[in-house]
Amino acid sequence: MKINFNKIYGLFLRHFFLITRSFPRILDLIYWPSIQITLWGFISNFFATHSAYYNNAVGVILTCAILYDFLFRTSIGFNMLFLEEIWSRNFTNLFIAPIKISEIIISLVFTALVRALIGLIPAILLTSPLFGISLLDLGIHLFLLFLSLYVFGITLGILVSSGLLRFGPSFENIAWSTMFLLAPFGCIYYPVEILPEFFQKIAYMLPLVYIFEEARSILIDQIVNYENILKAIYLNFFYLASSVILFYFSFSKARKKGTLINIGE
Amino acid sequence: MKNSVEVINLSKSYGKKIAVRNINFNIKENEILGLLGPNGCGKTTTIGMLLGLLKPSNGQISINGMKIEKNRIKILQKINFISPYIELPKKLTVKQNLLVYGKLYDVKNLKDRIEYLATKLRLSELLNRITGELSSGQKNRVSLAKALINDPGVLFLDEPTASLDPEVGDFVRTFLEDYKKEKKLSILLASHNMNEVTRLCSSILMMKNGVIIDQGKPLELIAKHGRKNLEEVFLKLTKYEN
Repeated sequence: MKINFNKIYGLFLRHFFLITRSFPRILDLIYWPSIQITLWGFISNFFATHSAYYNNAVGVILTCAILYDFLFRTSIGFNMLFLEEIWSRNFTNLFIAPIKISEIIISLVFTALVRALIGLIPAILLTSPLFGISLLDLGIHLFLLFLSLYVFGITLGILVSSGLLRFGPSFENIAWSTMFLLAPFGCIYYPVEILPEFFQKIAYMLPLVYIFEEARSILIDQIVNYENILKAIYLNFFYLASSVILFYFSFSKARKKGTLINIGE
Repeated sequence: MKNSVEVINLSKSYGKKIAVRNINFNIKENEILGLLGPNGCGKTTTIGMLLGLLKPSNGQISINGMKIEKNRIKILQKINFISPYIELPKKLTVKQNLLVYGKLYDVKNLKDRIEYLATKLRLSELLNRITGELSSGQKNRVSLAKALINDPGVLFLDEPTASLDPEVGDFVRTFLEDYKKEKKLSILLASHNMNEVTRLCSSILMMKNGVIIDQGKPLELIAKHGRKNLEEVFLKLTKYEN
C-alpha cells in the first residue's frame, strides 16, 4: 500500500494554516495546559510538605499532571481536527478528495502531536522557575513514558473519531468526555491499590496504570521497572491496532448509512 | 463518443426506505447531463454514490472505465464536486485553501495551476483574502477553482449557481461552457434553475421518488410533453403525474 506524503502534508497544512492564522487559537492551546499545570504545581507543593507518601519526591504529582495533560491534549487534539472539518462543513470535501484512510490517520496523528506540543512546551517551561521541578528527572525513561501516552492518546482520538464518522456530530459530547471517564482508572495521582478490587481489574487492562505506576516508581523509589513499560507498550499496540480497524469499519458503515453526506446536519 | 460515466441498475436503500431504485444512465465525454427532480427525489443520493461517499445497495458505477467500489481513490483523483451545501475552511485564505486541496489531489506544478485558475475565474485579487469574508459570488468562484484544481475529467455540480446574482450566475455558466469545450469535460448538473439546464445541458434525466421518470434532450422533452418550456415539463412530470 503506497503512502502519498504530499497528501499527508496537504492535510497537515490545512490545520497548520488554521492554527497559525489565529492568535486566539494559539492562546487557547497554551492557556489550559498552563493553568492546569500551575494549579497542580501548588497542590504538589502542598502535598510534598504535608504527606509522608510524597515527601521524598516534590514533583511527583506535578510530573504526573504534566504526563496526563499530554495524553489529554493529544487525544482531544486528534478529535478537534475531525470536529473542525464537521464544524466548517468541509467534511464532504475531505472525503471526496483522493486521500486514503491511512493517509488521513497518519496526517492527523502528526498534527495532533504538533498541537499538543504547542500547548505543553510553554507549560513545561513554567514548572522549573515556578516550582523548581524538571521533567528531565525522569531521565531517558521520560521519552518512553511520553511515547506510550502519545500512542494511547492517539488511540482514544481514533476511537472517538470512529464514533463521529459512524454517528455524526451527535457523538461530539462523547468526544469531550472520554478522557474524564478513563481518568479514575488511569491511577494518575494515586497508586492502583487505592481502587476497589473490581476497578483494579479494569485499570490493569489500560496502559495508563503501568505508565503512571512507572513514573512514581522512578521518582519516589528511583527504581526503573521495565516490566511496566513493556506491558504499556503491548497494551498500546493492541488498542491502537483495534482502533484503526474500528476506524476502517466505521468508514465503511458511514458509506452504507449515508453519514458522510449528512454529517454537517 | 465514449462514456465517461456508466451507471447500471443503481439502487440505494436505507432499511426499508428506497432512496434510488434501479436507475441507468451514461454521461458521454464532453457532455453536460442535467439531473432534475423535486427535493427528496434521490438526486443527492445518486451524486453521493457517484462520488463514492455512499455505498450502493445494488448496481454498478464505472467512471473512466473503472468500477468505483474497487478503484475509489483512483477515480476520486480524476473527478470533483461543487455544491453550495459544502464549504471550504472559512478561516483560511483563498490561496491557502487552493494549496491544501492542490496537495490533497497531488497536483503537479501547483503554483502554475492556482495562477491559471485564479486568472480564469477572476480570483487573482482575492487570493490573499480570508475565504469566509468573501461574498457568496466570490465564494462560489473559489469553490469552482477548488473543484477544478485537479483538472478533473468528470465534474459533479449540485446547484452551482444557487443564490448567485444574475451577473455572477451568467459568468459561471459561460465559464463552464467554455471550460467544458476546452477540456472535453463530462458534467452532471443537478439544478432547479430550468433556464440554466436548458442552456447548458445536452440531455436531461427527470427523477421522482428515486426513479428516472423521463429523459431526453431539453427541446425534445418540451415538444414531447406539449409544453412551452422546461419548467412546465418539470411541473407536469413532478406535480401532476403520479
